[in-house]
Amino acid sequence: MTDILDKIDSKALHDWNSPENRRRVQKRYARDRLLKIAGLTAIGLAVLLLGILVTSLLYSARSAVTQSMVELEYFIDPAKVSRDAPERGSYRSIVKKAVLTHYPEVTNRRQQRKIVKILSGGVSYLVRDHVVANPDVMGKTISLKLPLSDPFDQLNKGVIRRDLPENQRRVSDKEIAWFDVMVKKDLIHNPINWGLIFNNDSRRPEVAGLRGAIVGSFYILLVCFLISFPVGIAAAVYLEEFARKSRMNDIIEVNINNLAAVPSVVFGLLGLAVFLGFFGLPRSAPLVGGMVLSLMTLPTIIIAARAALKAVPPSIREAALGMGASRHQVIQHHVLPLAMPGILTGTIIGLAQALGETAPLLLIGMNAFITSDPGSIMEPATALPTQIYSWADSPERGFTSRTSAAIIVLLGFLVIMNTVAIILRQKFEKKW
Amino acid sequence: MTTLAFASILIMSAMGYFIGRRRSLAIVNGERYRLHSRPVYHGAFVALWIGIPTTLFVLLWLLFQYSVIDSLLIGSMSADLTEGRSGEQVQLILNEVKSIAAGNFFNIPSPEIQDLANTYNALVAKFRWMLVASAIVIAAAILLFTLSRISDSFRARQGVEKVLDGVMIGCSLIAILTTLGIVVSLVVESLRFFSKVPFYEFLFGLNWEPQIPIREGQVAAEGAFGAIPVFTGTLLIAGISLLVAVPIGLLAAIYLTQYAKSRLRAFIKPLLEFLAGVPTVVYGFFAVLVVAPAMKEWGAGIGLDIAPNSAIAAGAVMGIMLIPFVSSLSDDAISAVPQSLTDSSLGLGATKGETILNILLPAALPGIIGGILLAASRAIGETMIVVMAAGLIATLTLNPFEAVTTVTVQIVTLLIGDTAFDNPKTLSAFALGLLLFIVTLFLNVIALRIVQKYREKYD
Repeated sequence: MTDILDKIDSKALHDWNSPENRRRVQKRYARDRLLKIAGLTAIGLAVLLLGILVTSLLYSARSAVTQSMVELEYFIDPAKVSRDAPERGSYRSIVKKAVLTHYPEVTNRRQQRKIVKILSGGVSYLVRDHVVANPDVMGKTISLKLPLSDPFDQLNKGVIRRDLPENQRRVSDKEIAWFDVMVKKDLIHNPINWGLIFNNDSRRPEVAGLRGAIVGSFYILLVCFLISFPVGIAAAVYLEEFARKSRMNDIIEVNINNLAAVPSVVFGLLGLAVFLGFFGLPRSAPLVGGMVLSLMTLPTIIIAARAALKAVPPSIREAALGMGASRHQVIQHHVLPLAMPGILTGTIIGLAQALGETAPLLLIGMNAFITSDPGSIMEPATALPTQIYSWADSPERGFTSRTSAAIIVLLGFLVIMNTVAIILRQKFEKKW
Repeated sequence: MTTLAFASILIMSAMGYFIGRRRSLAIVNGERYRLHSRPVYHGAFVALWIGIPTTLFVLLWLLFQYSVIDSLLIGSMSADLTEGRSGEQVQLILNEVKSIAAGNFFNIPSPEIQDLANTYNALVAKFRWMLVASAIVIAAAILLFTLSRISDSFRARQGVEKVLDGVMIGCSLIAILTTLGIVVSLVVESLRFFSKVPFYEFLFGLNWEPQIPIREGQVAAEGAFGAIPVFTGTLLIAGISLLVAVPIGLLAAIYLTQYAKSRLRAFIKPLLEFLAGVPTVVYGFFAVLVVAPAMKEWGAGIGLDIAPNSAIAAGAVMGIMLIPFVSSLSDDAISAVPQSLTDSSLGLGATKGETILNILLPAALPGIIGGILLAASRAIGETMIVVMAAGLIATLTLNPFEAVTTVTVQIVTLLIGDTAFDNPKTLSAFALGLLLFIVTLFLNVIALRIVQKYREKYD
């Protein structure tokens, strides 16, 4: 022992102010700072990436916020539309006439056809729908604001730049000249694009909207809630309040934890093989989508509900039991009402996850092209995330900005749901 | 009509509730204290006993209704229609009859088939009415029987609670049933796949071209089902995503738990939670819209040829998705280390950085590794990002700048818009799904084990 102490040059060891020691301390603190800077950089990177994600989506969505419309006078010619069956009429020629009155000098048929294409191909259907809804316009001239076709919509918004050489843009100089005739007559408007939310899906981006997808997602979440909420509460109450320690209950617990981590696409395979294959339920139906998603949401709700039940102090239970209540009465009358805010918070968070889930819905066919909103949970439908997927896959330029806009609508719903959950938690959760 | 059946069950149950409650009160002439159970429980007893068995009956009926109708219809076919035909051909006739019955036909059907279609429609209508009628009869019978049991000493509350016990146990079993359903459906379809494609060829084959010959003897249409390139693609993308997520997530967690002031934490935490709540389809679109083109341009700038759907773009975006996941799990692991350990290290004169690197991280390592394993399992099972941003063609490569495909991409593309379960192309998706399920389950179980074992050490 003493030998060792003798060998050490004690002066060097204890002289904290020697240059070597100072350098060493400085080096140690430099390393500390390095770690700190690395951590800060990591956080900065995460925030930056989030910022890029949000701004790029907003930037890309900006041109879908408005929709270019053209205001024209349509003469509903009784010779072309039958009074008895207004849904069958040659609305195409009505639209053609309405457009071409502004171009009396163009007589070439091919050029005329090109001019009509400044308007969306869906315009004749929109005029038809208007006439069917208001049959008294027959024989009158009506003024309607209806959407432009995708290339001219993009041109009007400046996405297609006029200063590019002609062969690099989708509209020719001549088409731009025709378009400018309408601009000069002040016929082109650019109102807020409510159609994005209130129209149904379409192959034409300028008239495509999210209505069917929103209704479909609503039905899916409704089914998912109706199944997973009661079942989740029942399972949580059993596991937390009644189950004794047994092999079976251990298996159930491990099972729930593992289910929460199973990839979502596997649930899609389950739905495809069991709900569609074995039970023969209809493809693309919100019922099946809701059932599959409820199986995925169930573990989330059970785990949240168990935590909420656990947070209710035992004194409440003991007091009620002491008053002669049965165990079921204790839970129904005291424990569950006290745990309900926590359970609801967990349920809303689970439903928000379900709202964004895509892969299982793709496997049960909810990416179908459907142009009407579903009337019931058995009719084919799409959902918001699957609609985003289909639009992202579409080649038309107009769909890119619409996909971003649809994503912002979806994120808006998610933010609302999560805010409600947070408010619920802060307002009603009791601290014991 | 099924709506009507369920509605009648609901109405009958509600009726049972009110009748049962009034009956119990009537028995004791309104003197409540003479009843063993409160009137509410008498009503609930009747309602539950009507509702649950009748609902089960209706569900079972719906499950088997169509197969019974089918066999009745086949039985009613005249002999010359079924004579000398195989079961499959009879099935074809059956399908034709059904589509005509639904009103879809392209040419005018033969009178025989038209007759059968009419019979089919009549049968379906008859079965529907029978369903509603028998549901009401069963409910009425139960109503009469349970009402006869109501008396002042009847232990209705115990009866109700027993039923509720059963319901709750049944609900807890749904989790097990789900797992069983997943395992059984994946295994059954995979076995059918392996009866057509040998097991070793699937696991060790180097060629993945899941086509099937459309017609007999077609050239170059023999499908190949060797999944090795799909596996390497999956691992490549998952590996890239972990390379992005683990350093950023871990360093962020270290900074947030050790260095950050509480105000910064209060600002960053919700941001990370938002990042975690963004649906994966959004990340997929972000990859296609921004990341992939940016990488392609960047690659072109330094003379690299990066494919538009390169593994690195998909992996990087998946990494962004995993950052909050890794960071919150590392946060948990670091916070679980007892304060006394770090305090003693700091007391001995170690700098904060030294304490973190030499004391905190080694102590939290099992938890962090568990978190990384969970992240890996998520990366392997993640679907939408790769479906939108990765390739479709399976190439055996480890070059991150090329397009590769993954297990989940193949599952989705093989099954979209295809419902026939009789060819190796669609069945192979289930074999891939089984493998995915096993691998992710394995990773999850190990991760949860590590995390749990480690927690016990400090508690």
